Amino acid sequence: MSEHEYIPKSKVGKWFNDRLPLLTLANHLTDYPTPKNLNYWWTFGGILTFCLITQIVTGLVLAMHYIAHADMAFDSVEHIMRDVNYGWLIRYIHANGASMFFLAVYIHIFRSLFYGSYKSPREIIWIIGIIIYLLMMAAAFMGYVLPWGQMSFWGATVITNLFSAIPLVGEGIVTWLWGGYSVDNPTLTRFFTLHYLIPFLILGLVVLHIWALHVPGNNNPVGIDIKKPSKDTVPFHPYIVIKDGFALLMFMIVFAFFVFYTPNILGHADNYIEADPLVTPAHIVPEWYLLPFYAILRSVPDKLLGVVAMLSAILILAALPWLDTSKIRSAVFRPLYRQFYWILVADVLILGYVGAMPAEGLYLLVARVATAYYFLHFLVVLPILGFKEKTLPVPLSITEPVLGGSPNLAMAKNKESLTNK
Amino acid sequence: MKNFLRLLFLLTLFIGSSFNSYAAEKVEYLKTDWSFKGLFGKFDRGALQRGYQVYTEVCSSCHSMKYLSYRNLAEKGGPEFTEAQAKAIAASFEVKDGPNADGDMFTRPGKLSDKFVMPYENVKAAQAANGGAYPPDMSVLVKARGGGVDYIYSLLQGYEDPPVGVNLDDGVYYNKYMYGNKIKMANQLSDGLVEYADGTSATVEQMSKDVTTFLMWAAEPHLESRHRMGFKAIVYLIILTILVYFSMKRIWSRIETKV
Repeated sequence: MSEHEYIPKSKVGKWFNDRLPLLTLANHLTDYPTPKNLNYWWTFGGILTFCLITQIVTGLVLAMHYIAHADMAFDSVEHIMRDVNYGWLIRYIHANGASMFFLAVYIHIFRSLFYGSYKSPREIIWIIGIIIYLLMMAAAFMGYVLPWGQMSFWGATVITNLFSAIPLVGEGIVTWLWGGYSVDNPTLTRFFTLHYLIPFLILGLVVLHIWALHVPGNNNPVGIDIKKPSKDTVPFHPYIVIKDGFALLMFMIVFAFFVFYTPNILGHADNYIEADPLVTPAHIVPEWYLLPFYAILRSVPDKLLGVVAMLSAILILAALPWLDTSKIRSAVFRPLYRQFYWILVADVLILGYVGAMPAEGLYLLVARVATAYYFLHFLVVLPILGFKEKTLPVPLSITEPVLGGSPNLAMAKNKESLTNK
Repeated sequence: MKNFLRLLFLLTLFIGSSFNSYAAEKVEYLKTDWSFKGLFGKFDRGALQRGYQVYTEVCSSCHSMKYLSYRNLAEKGGPEFTEAQAKAIAASFEVKDGPNADGDMFTRPGKLSDKFVMPYENVKAAQAANGGAYPPDMSVLVKARGGGVDYIYSLLQGYEDPPVGVNLDDGVYYNKYMYGNKIKMANQLSDGLVEYADGTSATVEQMSKDVTTFLMWAAEPHLESRHRMGFKAIVYLIILTILVYFSMKRIWSRIETKV
């Protein structure tokens, strides 16, 4: 882990560090050699850490005022909005914070897909990331249930009912999840408990995610292995700290705009109607960040197969390091992969769009085609591409990007973001 | 850097639009200028006070507002009645209290700390009195409807004779802005229905606008401080971002790499 032995200057520091090497850790984190050509897509790791901390801190305050009871949850949320000092601010940060968290995580994931960050030797980082993503979805879903509005209630009903698709034990599992024969108070209290627990699990996994990252070090836009430390790296502090800070501030401006000026645009109006088990809303839609998977679920006519397809769509990502057979990491040097990458991005956006639409007619057809393509990309295109694709020459180091001065358009175009030398 | 901003912008747009666009059968709502929209949006005090008058004299006979208290009427950012006025308003309502020392319930004049008195004892009573339909609580009504203020404003003025071929049951009315066009609330507003204390002429349009403004405040009582704080927060963030940008440039100038 450490490249050189760190010895604290003060006597007290040395005494403490011999017993618990916290200072060594701090030294490792500040000195951590980072590729100097990381572009702004790499700042989302720091942004995500900020999102997690924000959700935990605002969530703690909300939990002090929220009442997890089917008869009082909705009232207690209104109490927070009206009578708790700055309660409206804290709740709007928390509610929009979830969306911002997902916005950042999708950028983070797609950055990884573009630059091949999931490939050897970073498979474990990637898989931990997928687990974090799954937990985020669980936490977000349960959090959306807590205000006990109409969409909370019916969203919970639809999603928990998915488990009933499991043969034989399905119905039993659903009853067990609900703590009764319908979504009700026992469901709410357990969702609240889990919603409180999961962020701390995520926090633990984030530590592992970063630890696993610090073993091989960061990937970079060129996607080559680099010597560390060397001319190709800069110490994490102050170079990356200030750059991450700058990007975080820009992100916070967008975040603040949502919180202060359109705090409800990402939510659904029906969730300001208190839950009513006797009235089903006209359209039951999940939050925007779950829409692509919702579209996949609904595109399969069979309930069980739909659930399987939805879960596979996420779990297939965990197998990505082995499905992608190309030895070259960065899409900068993979002209064909680059095209398929953007098709995949479009495909996921289309899935998100049709996920918000009623599952009928043209929308359903589009959803089916897009779902098929999604799996095609991972199961067919990626494995074949690794063997068939003619990749561009890869530089030997970041400071000398073009090998033997070969004419490389992609490199020339990306030169600015790589290095100026 | 440029690409980054472009994509961030596109994504934000996409998220925004995917939610706006899915009200499938869209009707054009009536438009009016809302003083509370925009970066510095504030409520029109007069409209809030008039809106409260419309609410009490017209809506409140069926619609409750259970999350509001009389004290809210005198709070900053709201209708801002004087405390004396708010006390007088509260005192004009009979509030059920108790049990007293003898174990009996009793009524007394309302106080500032009381919640708005409800028109019906419970949901069942409300339904029984309204042909089976429950007049929804109005506390967060504006936020609970897709079209928000524009929808409520239009609905109040959207009563029409049903088109040929549409048969309405007893107690059902035709409204061109209502989802499915059938509504169980009869047209409530007519010109001159209330007499505004400030002399504003009480047209249907005026009353609709006033009461909708009042409902917006009821749903978002902290809207004004939110807008004020938002502006300060964003200006602060922009200045800080610029400063950090130059610090970053300075730090990265130590090595020959662009940032």
